[in-house]
Order: sequence, then structure tokens, then C-alpha cells
Amino acid sequence: MTMKKIITAALAASVALTAVNADELKGRGASFPGPVYKAWTSEYFAATGKKVNYTPTGSGDGIKSIKKRMVDFAGSDKPLKPKALRKAKLYMFPAVVGSIVLAYNLDGVKDGELKLSRAAIDAIFTGKAKFWDDAVIVKNNEGLKLPHEPITTCVRADKSGTTFNFTYFLNKINPEFKVSKKPTWKAGKVVAGKSNSGVSANIQQIKNSIGYIEYSYKIKLGLPAAQVENKEGKFINPTVASFQDAAKYATWTADNDFYAVIGDPAGATSYPIVAATFILLPEEKAQKNKEVTAFFDWAFKNGDKAAAELGYVPLPASTKDAIRKYWEAKGIK
Amino acid sequence: MSGKLFRNFSFLSATLSFFLLVGIFAILFTYAQDAMHAFGIDFLFNETWEADEDDEGGVFGGFIPIVGTLLSTIIAMVIATPLAMGIAIFLTEIASPKISKGVSVAIELLAAIPSIIYGMWGLFYFAPIVQKTVGGDGVGLLTAGIVLAIMIIPFMASITRDSMNTTPLVLKESAYAMGATKFEVIKDVIMPYAKGGIIGSIILALGRALGETMAVAFLIGSVMSLPHRITDPTTSIPVLLANNFAEAQDLEMSAMYYLALVLFVVSFVIISAAKFYFFGKKAK
Repeated sequence: MTMKKIITAALAASVALTAVNADELKGRGASFPGPVYKAWTSEYFAATGKKVNYTPTGSGDGIKSIKKRMVDFAGSDKPLKPKALRKAKLYMFPAVVGSIVLAYNLDGVKDGELKLSRAAIDAIFTGKAKFWDDAVIVKNNEGLKLPHEPITTCVRADKSGTTFNFTYFLNKINPEFKVSKKPTWKAGKVVAGKSNSGVSANIQQIKNSIGYIEYSYKIKLGLPAAQVENKEGKFINPTVASFQDAAKYATWTADNDFYAVIGDPAGATSYPIVAATFILLPEEKAQKNKEVTAFFDWAFKNGDKAAAELGYVPLPASTKDAIRKYWEAKGIK
Repeated sequence: MSGKLFRNFSFLSATLSFFLLVGIFAILFTYAQDAMHAFGIDFLFNETWEADEDDEGGVFGGFIPIVGTLLSTIIAMVIATPLAMGIAIFLTEIASPKISKGVSVAIELLAAIPSIIYGMWGLFYFAPIVQKTVGGDGVGLLTAGIVLAIMIIPFMASITRDSMNTTPLVLKESAYAMGATKFEVIKDVIMPYAKGGIIGSIILALGRALGETMAVAFLIGSVMSLPHRITDPTTSIPVLLANNFAEAQDLEMSAMYYLALVLFVVSFVIISAAKFYFFGKKAK
């Protein structure tokens, strides 16, 4: 009899818990903006008492989940083309800008000392440059002692929005690169790891390696990262200031649901490998969408500081206004 | 009454495992249908694994992970089998009871370590050692194989030890009385007597090595390319599944079920072949 009571109590409790959970907004997807969404949701909860729960599983998972209407909103680093959005009945807008750095493990080469020209990056990731002392790399690094050791490139083992944005940049340097969330790499020595943390661990472990990771992982783990040559031929250190300069050149418009990949922007002081990350909403759920946009509206007003502290770049004010107008036009504000 | 209940219950448990096996096979087979129609048997020999831009289709082939799985398992078995036999013989026949007890406990504890810990230890501590001694990137086929071997040794060693311990003392004493040396007793009395248990232990270890995911995911390099040297990074079936499951859609998802089905069939065939072949021999 007591057993029965316990089970009944447990059932009642779980029903009650589910009822509470029904109130919170659920989102999942891109892991690239995971840290900043986490900061925003906890600050939002502290300020308004409303719960938003975001699970950073990956862009592809986010797209899949929102198409099946399993969540209230999804994050994706890869913007969907307007045609694909209409087909899946989704709305889209950007949320924040982040950046990708080229981190390396080279004895005696400190953070920011290595300068990688566009030709050198092309040569490393196509496998044309097999050794660190290849002429194309040495050319911009006369002062550094680069070893005659093979280059190991560290890439993602899973499909990733970070890879999509990095290959978008590679494609700008050399159109032979296919823009893809998981391309077939042609470099001589490739080692793949799962997620940003897996790639970072590989870079830390493997001597003479280089790989692309999200900026916050470079900061968190203290990995050295290269200066990258931008569109105007300047070598730029990855810093929040150079990301902000880059974000200014993004051209977003509500006409195509803000579809734009912002990598490799113009500007002499722009860091070239930047990426925006997007939010997807289901068209038919007007009420829930209003709650989601209320959260992002709050974040756009109050979340810039948290974003900058984590190494992300808040959207320019004009873009935020355009997004608010987009919400109004769609009747979800 | 209670006897009947117990009989029915144990019957249910026994049949349940059979239905689970059939059920899992059926699910894998159903979900793999799309990929089977798209790629057919060529799937097994195709080296590409690439989704197209919309994630709706693509070309998927399982050759590299299949080869990677088989190679890493072979490396692990080649290293682990003789070591495990040596450990078992030492524990049952050579070591004093005190030492034997201590070492046995240590080996059983080794079996209790979760595989992710082997993976982390392998990546941060062992991979650099491999890189220094044999070259390569540290992570790769050889590192994964060695760590796999370390993981399966405890299973093999403790089951083998238990079955060696069941050799009747009378048999051993008779052999010694006939003037047999220790080596001859081990080779001609204990080994034949414990054969069933030894083979059972090898099969169990093989099954674990084939399906091991977490430790191998850390160590094999996860690269879609065929290894040319033993230190090269490659991938294996469980690693590919674990890395891609969250992100895959439509055809790629189906291709992964196809690959899972391949692993299921490969393990099933290897294990049943080993079982029928060896136990068939034993019956003679």
C-alpha cells in the first residue's frame, strides 16, 4: 500500500513539474553561440523571472528540431536561404556575431606572432604546404624559427556551423574549396575532433598542429592564435575590436530574412573570419514566437556587455532595429 | 504455484533476449532501407562520406570506417591475447596465493574503469608517448589499438584465470607425478581443460573491441581516410556514428543505420563463427 502511495506521489510530482516546464521556452541548436545564450538566459531569468532553456547541440540538430517543431526556437550558424525557409515555414533573424581563430601548437612561437597570409592558409588547408618552413609561410614570418616538421591540421569530426563559416572564408580565398559543414579535407595530415573542445584538445596535444576554433575557446584555454591577412592585405590579430570592425560591414536586410554570410568583410582593420549566428522560428506559433522575440528584444537591449565579455560582437544598432521591424511585419512582436 | 511462476518468469526472461535481438535487427534494417536503395552493396566499398549542401542527400560509403574498425580490433586482439594468457597463467600457476590475490583485484578494478577515462588518459598522456616513440600524430590507429588492448585485457585475463582455476587438482598432480615440467602441465593439461573458457573470454573481448566508442573516438583521429601507415588517423564505425548522429538528416541518417547494421552483422558473424568453430572442435 505504501508503495502505491509513493508511486502516486511521484506521478503527481512529475505531472506538476511538467506543467511548470511547459511555461519555459525551449531552444536548441548551434553550439557556437552557446556561451552567450547561456549568459543571456540566466540574466533574463534574474531580470524577468521567465525561463528560457537553450541546449547547444549543433546547427544541424537545431534545424532538424525546428523543422519537426520539437522546440520553440532553434539556433543555426548556417543561415537558410529564403526558399528553404518558406518550404519549412520558418522565420529567421541574426542574434550575435562571433569569430573563428586559427590556433596553433608550435614550440617557441607565441600568441599572435605567426602571420598567415591568404596564400599560406590556402596552402596549409589544401596540403600544398606540407612543412612549417614552406616558403609561402616563411615569407611573412622572417623573424620566427619555423621547424621543418609536417603540418598537422585539426578539423571537426562532426558537422558544424563553425566549419561552414570557416570553409566559407576558405572559399573566398580559393574557389576550389567547397563550402560545407563537413567537407572532405585534402591537407596532408588531418586529425579530427568532436566539437570545439575536441579540436582544441587535439591542438594542445599534437605538436606542430594548427586548427580552427571559436574565439572563446582560444581565450578559455590560452591557445596561441595567428594574425590573419584580411581582404585588404593587412594582418589582423583576433581581438574583440577587430571583430567589431568586421561586423560593421555586414549587409543584412529583412527582405531576404537577413540571409547573409558575413565572412571576409571589407575594411582595413577587420578580422576576416567572422560569422553571424541565426535564430529560426516556426511561422504558425504566433504566441510562442512573441515570447521568444521578447527574450531577444531584451537581450538586444541588455545583453551587449555579456556578449562582449565572452568574445562575441553584439549586432549593430541599425540591424537590431531592422530585426524589430521584421518582427512587427510578421506579427510576432 | 511459486515453482510455476518462477518457471514462467525465467522462460520470459530467456525469450525476451531473443526478441530484443530480432527487434533491434528489424529496426536497423527498416531505418537503413533508404540508404540500401540508394547505394546498395556498393556502400561497403565506397570511400566517400559527404552530405550535399542542403543536407538532404549526398554520397555515403562505409568502406573506411569498416576497415578502421577491423584494423583497430585486430591490433587490440594481437596485443591483448598473449598478454592476457600470460597474466592468467601467472596468477593460477606461478604466483604465490598472496600475490595472486592482490594482482587479481587490481586487474578486476582495471575492468571497472569507464571507457571515457581510458580515452582521456590515452589522449593526454599516452598519445604523446606513442608520437615520440613511433612517430605520427599521436592519435591514430596504433594508439587506439593499444588502448583498446589495455581495455580488454582485464576481461580476458579474469575469465581465463577463472576457467584455469577449475582444472581438477588430481589431473595436475597426476601430470607432475608422471614427471611433467610446469610448462608441460600448463600446455597439455590446463590449456586443453580451460579451452572453452579461454575462447569465451576472447569472444567477449572481441565483441567489446568491435563496438568500443568513447575511448576510440578520442584516439583514432576520426578522419575519413584510409590509413597508409599504422600510426595514421582513420575512423571506425561506432566513432563515425557517435560523431555524426546529432547532425545527420534524411539520407545520411539512413546511411548511418546501414552502417550500424553492418557492425551488427559483422560482430554477429565473427562471434558466432568463433563460437561454432571452436566449440565444434571441443566437442570432438
